[in-house]
Amino acid sequence: MSGSFESFLAMGGYAAYVWPSYAVFLLVLLADWLAPAFRRRRILRELRGRMARQSARERGKDGAAPFPPAP
Amino acid sequence: MAKWIPLWLHKLSSPPTFYAFAGKVRPWAIALALILGVIALYGALVLAPPDYQQGDDYRIIFIHVPSAWMSLFIYAVMGVSAFIALVWRIKLAEVVAMESAPIGAAFTFITLVTGSLWGERMWGTWWTWDARLTSELVLLFLYLGVIGLYHSFEDRRQGARAAAFLAIIGIINVPIVHFSVQWWNTLHQGSTVNLFGKSHIATDMLWPLLTMMVATKAYYVASLCGRVRTDLLALEGGKDWVRKIAAAEKSR
Repeated sequence: MSGSFESFLAMGGYAAYVWPSYAVFLLVLLADWLAPAFRRRRILRELRGRMARQSARERGKDGAAPFPPAP
Repeated sequence: MAKWIPLWLHKLSSPPTFYAFAGKVRPWAIALALILGVIALYGALVLAPPDYQQGDDYRIIFIHVPSAWMSLFIYAVMGVSAFIALVWRIKLAEVVAMESAPIGAAFTFITLVTGSLWGERMWGTWWTWDARLTSELVLLFLYLGVIGLYHSFEDRRQGARAAAFLAIIGIINVPIVHFSVQWWNTLHQGSTVNLFGKSHIATDMLWPLLTMMVATKAYYVASLCGRVRTDLLALEGGKDWVRKIAAAEKSR
């Protein structure tokens, strides 16, 4: 360890191999971490849509017509 | 064995209970993974001395080897849960098996890419069809096969059963990857770290490696908790407990 930041970045001439390795490691795991969060939001949004449609149908059954009555 | 253990396990395998349990475990696991990961990275990139033959290039070992361990460890977890899912038809085991596959595939991919970057300078080639590299590539294809099979069925549980079957057959590949460096004459080196017996590595290189191993294990637990929670929501969409969560998240 020589102490200077430049030599740390240079990785003894192997910067083009060491840093991409660490970047792949961090980026792949970051993608793995974020993917289920997006999926979770989509699942819950779709479920709320289903619930809203279902409660609209049930209101329709109780007598209050979901569509305007025919003239 | 105490009577409450099977009872506790039985309760834990019910989706709403496990959803809450995983929600409690997840922040602790990711915090542990991040803290240990930063310590391990500091040890790996700054504190550990350069190798006398490979210079600084050997530092790839600190992510390559823990990722390779995880690629096998996660496959074993996936295989065992797939077996439990097929034999006892426990929904949670199915979900754990299927949601382990993408994480395992991620670690296998990292192993292959970092190994390739390492090999280019040290062996003079990005890739060679040697036993260790080929069996690790087969491992990636097994993971991708499990993921693909799971999603290729209209009925998710039917897909999970087919994929679980593939996962179980593929377990054969795990010892092949592990012992490939002993069974065949490979370009890949033998194991550096031995659980039982002497490791062929200096202490100031060994501790970042082992710390990173624990960090990746903790990361797997955290990621699995998040994925299983999400998948349970998808699988149990018609149930009351999921609908309550959906309604609660809207008002936030």
